[in-house]
Parts: sequence; structure tokens; C-alpha cells
Amino acid sequence: MSQKRALQVVSGTGSVSPKLSLRGVSKTYRQASGEEVSALVDVTLNVAPGEFLCVIGPSGCGKSTLLNLVAGLDRPDEGEVLMDDRPVRGPGPNRALLFQEPALFPWMSIVRNVEFALELGGAPRSVWRERAMHWLGKVHLSEFANAQPHEISPGMRQRAALARALACQPDVLLADEPFGALDAQSREVLQRELQDVWLETRNTFVFVTHNVREAVFLADRVVLMSARPGTLVAEHRISSPRPRDFADVLLTKVGVDVHDHLLKEVEGLAEAEEAADTDLA
Amino acid sequence: MPKLKRLLTQIWPRVAILVLIVLVWWAAYETRYWDPVLLPSPARVWEVLWSNLTGADGLLAVAYRSVFRLFAGLTLAVAIGTPVGLSMAAWKLMQRSVGSLMVGLQALPSIAWLPLAGLWLGFNEKAVLFVVVIGAVPAVAIATAASVRLVPPNLVRAGRTLGAHGWELYGKVVLPAAVPGYIAGLQLAWAIAWRALMAAELIITGARGLGHLIARAAVQRDTPLVLATMVVIMLVGIGVDSLFSVVDRRVRRKRGLLVSG
Repeated sequence: MSQKRALQVVSGTGSVSPKLSLRGVSKTYRQASGEEVSALVDVTLNVAPGEFLCVIGPSGCGKSTLLNLVAGLDRPDEGEVLMDDRPVRGPGPNRALLFQEPALFPWMSIVRNVEFALELGGAPRSVWRERAMHWLGKVHLSEFANAQPHEISPGMRQRAALARALACQPDVLLADEPFGALDAQSREVLQRELQDVWLETRNTFVFVTHNVREAVFLADRVVLMSARPGTLVAEHRISSPRPRDFADVLLTKVGVDVHDHLLKEVEGLAEAEEAADTDLA
Repeated sequence: MPKLKRLLTQIWPRVAILVLIVLVWWAAYETRYWDPVLLPSPARVWEVLWSNLTGADGLLAVAYRSVFRLFAGLTLAVAIGTPVGLSMAAWKLMQRSVGSLMVGLQALPSIAWLPLAGLWLGFNEKAVLFVVVIGAVPAVAIATAASVRLVPPNLVRAGRTLGAHGWELYGKVVLPAAVPGYIAGLQLAWAIAWRALMAAELIITGARGLGHLIARAAVQRDTPLVLATMVVIMLVGIGVDSLFSVVDRRVRRKRGLLVSG
């Protein structure tokens, strides 16, 4: 097995207690074939309040597992996941999760989808409509409030999902490649919109992606994960001022660095697989 | 105008198939190869259909009794089958035990229950209803369980991260998400119930429905009436099916599950 030593990535804001904290987290899954796959090994990571963190890595590196653990949809085998120094025991509206698929409820209109978040959050019925429209306005979807999810474009659906997540007024927003299935133009528009919304709300954000450009555009800090077993191998801080622009030269430079780093990880993986193949031969 | 055009495109294939069948039937009749008592002409059947339509024991009144029984049986079957199916989806133990039982019952033609039902309840309307219910319950239960199990996991995960859990998650996310599958299951269940009902009415003479009418007419060698009743059974079937189809299409259209308008 890999003798790689896991990087202990701890946020530099030492004086503030972290919003999220993963301590030595490991997670192993049993596949349908019965084979055990270790998705995460010894991941230690702090996320500061209001920080925008992007997690980037090759596919199959356990990025989604990491999010599921923070969301409380899954439990770690080892280590602990803390939010505000308290262990995460299950899912909750203080941690909203955006999926790659918008996961809107198809039997509800767009505005009902957002209202549903408020309903579950215990807001009184009288304020649902007004607040839902407020969040839809933030993502420029007011006109489509009464449409059904299938009647609007995939990009709009993802915006509606963002509005629904924001309506929970979560402390932490988690996103699992939310723009991964969109075309390049919609993705760029949504990245800008997300930046605008985040500059207003300043939620703590954990954003998983395999798109380097997206990561450096959005993040305060990018952490790099290696694949099989998934562990953190590097971090890049991105100090460009906001609001950022895709033409930002500094961003492009950091992007190249991160990209090279990531490529090395993927190549390392390919070599390791080759080595394994020769062993078998 | 486009609406009329759409209506026409809906109707002409139905009319065409009907005309084709009647033509073939008529041709077969005109050969005089079969005894006209055994194979009456379409015109004769049409005549009998019209002349027997109304009245206390007319086809309409008899069909009404059968349809009423269908919906009574179906309502009972839904009331029993739905909770059974939900429990099958919720607990593995129920799936393994009751679920297997349902599969077994579904394999058993419901008419096979009739002799026993007759002995238990008397050869009367109760036995007929029993056969209908026991035929439809497994279909409802199995379809309910499947529709819940096929709810996209992402919707459940979305519901959970929004803060829904327990009964709230079940009632507000899982069940609404299962509705299209459930309706598809009901479409299957009513057809099973209808066939069980016709079979039971054929045998139990006390239950004077469409099935009984066929049996009586056959004894009297009144083949036009046999065929006329069969036509009515089919028409009722098409009618009930379109009732379910309308609901099904509405639900699917709202959720964007219809391929074309």
C-alpha cells in the first residue's frame, strides 16, 4: 500500500476556533462485489468561519465522501467531524448541501421548493412566500418562481437549488460539483453569481470540484486530494481580492500551479496502477 | 383547429382497428362456414346490444353493478395493499416475509380462490368481492413497495439535508416522490381486479353482473348477447383505463416525465 504521509492541513487562522474540523477522519466502503475500498485515510482539515474552501482532486478520490461526512449523511469509521467544536451526528439545515444534480422536488414549483426549506426550518407560513421570493431574487429567478423544475434550464435549476440551500440560512454550505453537469457558459455565469451571493452572505463554504479554474476563482484556499486512498496532499492559498474576474492574471498563475500539482497526482496514480498491473503479470 | 386535429389523430387509429375487426368478422360470417348461431353477424350483435341496453336488467344496469363492485373491491384492495406495500418498503423483515407472500398470491390466479370463498362466505356477492380483493391486494402492495424503493435517492438526501427526518421526510418527500410509480401500480391492479370480477361473476350466478350475463346467454345459446356483453366489458375496461390514464398523464406532465405533450 501507499506509504504517503498525509498532510495535516490546518487553517492558519489560529486564534479563531474553526467552523468545521475534521480530525484523522478515515472511511472505508464495502463495494457490491464485497471488496473494501478505502475512500478517505487520515484526513485532518480545519475550515475557518466564513472561509471559502475548495477541495479538488482526481475523480474517485473521496471528495464526495468527505462532503457526505460533513453533511452528516454518513459517519466516519475513524476520527471525528466537528462543527463549532461539536461532533456532527446527522444531517441538518445548518449545513446545506448542493448536489451535482439540482435534486429539486419535481412535484413542487420552483418557489414551493424554496418554501419547503423554510417550512422544514420551522418558519411561520405567513413569511414563506416573501422569503422564498427574496432568495429567488438573489439568484435572478424571480420570473420563474411558478415554473416547474423541468420547465427551466439545467443552469436555472441549479440556481433554484442554491436559493433553496440559502433559504435554510445555513452556517455552512457544502457543494458537490454543483456545476459539473452544466455547459461552459452556464457554468461561468453561475460561478460569478455564486461569488456575488457568497460575498453577501459569507457562509462558510466547502466546495468540491475537479475543475481547477473554478476552484481558484472561488476559493480562499484550495486543498488537493490524492486518489485511492483519498487524503490531503497540498494546499494553495488564493489571496486575490474580490470580486474576482476570470481574466485575473494572478488567478491564472495559481491555476497553472494547482493544475500541475493535480496532474502529478493523477500521473502518480496511473504509475501506481501500472506497477500493480506488472505485479500481477 | 390544432386541437381538433390532435383529437382526430387520437381517434382515427381506434376507429380503424375497430373497422378492421368488424370487416374480418363480417367476411368470416359471409362465408357461411360456421353456423350463424355460433358466429352471428356484427349487425346482429349490434342490434342485440342496442335492444338490451336499457331496462332493469339491461346491459347498462348490469354494467353499472359490475363497475360498482369493481370500485368497491379496488377501494378495499388499495386500503389493504397500500399499507402492506409501505411496510414492505420500510422493513426488510416485512419484505422477506409478507413480500414473498404477496409474490406467491400474485402467482395464484385469483379465481382459484372462488371455491373456497364460496364455502366460507356463501356463493354470493361477498365471495365475488373476496376474489376481487385478494386478486388486487398483491398487485397494489408490490407496486407500492416498488414505487417507494424507486424514489431517487438524491431527493431523499436533499430532503434530509434540508432538515426533514422521520415521518416528515416520509410524508413530505418519499411518498410524494413515489406517486407516479404508485399510479402505474393502480393501473395494473384495476385490470387484475376487473378480470377477477368477470371470472367470479361468470361462475357465481347470484351476483348478477356482466360475467353472469355472458354465462346465462351462453346457456340459452344466445351468442349475439354473449358477444354484445363482451363488447361492453371491453368498453368499460377502456373507459376505466382512460380514467387512470388521465390522472397518470397529469401527474407525469407536471413532473416533466412525459416524453411529448
